[in-house]
Amino acid sequence: MSARSANRASQPQRVLVANRGEVALRIIRAAHALGWETVAIHSDADADSHWVAQADASVHVGPSPARKSYLDIAAVIDAAKNSQCGYVHPGYGFLAESPEFAERVAAAGLVFVGPSATVIESMGNKVRARQSAEHARVPVVPGTGSLDEPEAVQQAAAELAFPLMVKAAAGGGGKGIRVVTASEELSAAISAAQAEAQAAFGDGAVYLEQVISPARHIEVQILADTRGNVVHLFERDCSIQRRRQKLIEEAPATGLSDALRAQMTAAAVRLAADVGYQGAGTVEFLVQEDRFYFLEMNTRIQVEHPITEMVTGVDLVAEQLRIAAGAELSMSQDNIKLAGAAMEFRINAEDPEQDFFPSPGPITRFDLPEGAGIRVDSGFVAGGEIAPYYDSMLAKIIVHGRDRAQALARARQALSELAIEGIKTTQQLHLDLLRHPDVQAGHVATEWLEQYLRGSS
Amino acid sequence: MSNVPSPLPGIFYRRPSPEEDEYVQVGERVTKGQTLGLIEVMKNFTEFTAPEDGTIEEFLVENEEEVSVGQDIVRLG
Repeated sequence: MSARSANRASQPQRVLVANRGEVALRIIRAAHALGWETVAIHSDADADSHWVAQADASVHVGPSPARKSYLDIAAVIDAAKNSQCGYVHPGYGFLAESPEFAERVAAAGLVFVGPSATVIESMGNKVRARQSAEHARVPVVPGTGSLDEPEAVQQAAAELAFPLMVKAAAGGGGKGIRVVTASEELSAAISAAQAEAQAAFGDGAVYLEQVISPARHIEVQILADTRGNVVHLFERDCSIQRRRQKLIEEAPATGLSDALRAQMTAAAVRLAADVGYQGAGTVEFLVQEDRFYFLEMNTRIQVEHPITEMVTGVDLVAEQLRIAAGAELSMSQDNIKLAGAAMEFRINAEDPEQDFFPSPGPITRFDLPEGAGIRVDSGFVAGGEIAPYYDSMLAKIIVHGRDRAQALARARQALSELAIEGIKTTQQLHLDLLRHPDVQAGHVATEWLEQYLRGSS
Repeated sequence: MSNVPSPLPGIFYRRPSPEEDEYVQVGERVTKGQTLGLIEVMKNFTEFTAPEDGTIEEFLVENEEEVSVGQDIVRLG
C-alpha cells in the first residue's frame, strides 16, 4: 500500500448526496460499500425520510419546493463545505446537468462527481451535441443547425423530408418540440417553438430534425476515467415510454444484431473519447432497422442504470465515485461481459386509470418483492409519504434472469408480490403489459405504449 | 360570498412562472372559468379557475404554499 492510499484509508472520503429518493439511497449504498462517508441533504418535506436516515449525516437545505432546496446551488454547495465533504454527487434530475452547478462545485474546491461543466454544457445544447457527434463520426438524425433566418429555414426544409420536428436547441424533457407534417405549417411552428423555448429555457434557438418513426430507443452506457480509458457496458432498450418518459427498460436489446451492437457501442465510446468525457454517461440512439442515429448524450447516471449493473456485474455508481477520486476504471473492455437479461419497471405514484395523474399521499403499506434475481431500488418505506413537490417515481423493480424468458417470469412474480397501499401506482399497468404478446416478444418501437394505452382505454 | 376549495393536493401558485405577474389581484373582477392560479402536483400543473363570476376578496393561502384537497384557496365576493 502506498503512503497516499494509506493516508486515504485513515481518512475516509466524504460525499455530499445532492439528491433525494431512490437515487440518494443508491449513492449512499455505493459510497458506504467503498468505505466512504455520506452526507444527505433534505428539504422540509423530506426531513424524516428513509434515505436521510441511512446517511452518516444530513443537512437541511431549505423549504419543500425544489427550487428553494434541491435546486438552490448556493445552499447545496454550503451544505457540502460545512459538512467537510470533498465530493458532490448530483444523482439525476435537479442539478445533475447544470453546467453552472458543476462549475461552482469545482470553484468551491470540491470534486463534482461527473464530467466537466464544459462537457455538460456542450451536450446540454442539442445543436452543439449534434455537432460533437458529427465530429466523432457518429451518425445523427438528418437535420439542420440553429435556425434564425426564414430563408435558411425554407432552404433547410427543402433538403429534408416531412414530417419534421422543430426542436429547441436548449431543450429537454420534450419541451419546445413540434412536429410539422407539411411545408406550409413550418414557419408558424418555428415561431411557436422559438417562443416556447425562449420562455422555458431563456434561449429561443431552434433547429429541424427529420422524424424517424417508427424507431426504437436504444442507449449505450459508457464509463470514462480521468486517465483516458473509455469503455462501454453494452446497451439498454428503453422504447416502452409515454410522453418521452420511460416506463420499462431492458438489457440487452432484443433482436439487435451483433454487427449493429458493435457499431453503436463503438460510436458511443468514440463520442465520449472525442469530447474528453469523464465519469458515467449514456449515449442515446434511435434505431430503425439496421440504422442508428444519435439522439443525445446524458451526462449523468440514469434512472435505468441498474439493469446494466445486473447484466455486467459492474457497480456503476461506485465507478463514478472511484473515477471522481482519480482512480483507474476497475475493469477493461475485454472483461466486461453480458450475462443474461435484465428488466426494470418504474413504479410511479400515478394513476394510469386517470391519464397518469399524480397520486401523492401517505404510504400505508409498502411490501417489496424478494427472491432470486429480484432487486428493488427505492428510497421509501411504509409510513412514509409521497410529497406533491417532487417526481412521482417511488421504486424500481429490477429483475435479472439467465435469459429473457426467466427475467420475464421473475418480473411477473416480483410485480405480483409488490403491495403498495395509500397511493395509486403503475404496478397493475406493468402486470397488464407483461401479458401482452408484443412485450413478451420484445423490440417494440417508442410509439407502442401510447398506442396500447389509447386502445385499452 | 363563497370560498373556493382546492380540487387537488399540491402546491398553489399565483403566477404562471416565477418571472411573470400574478394571474389576478385582490379586488379584481373575475369571470367564471378564469384562471386564478396553478396547482402543481409532482411536476404536473393544473389551472385553478373561478367557479363563478365574482370579485377576489382574499387569498387564503400564500403563493407556493402546500394545499390539500378541499382546503379553501380564495374567497370570492
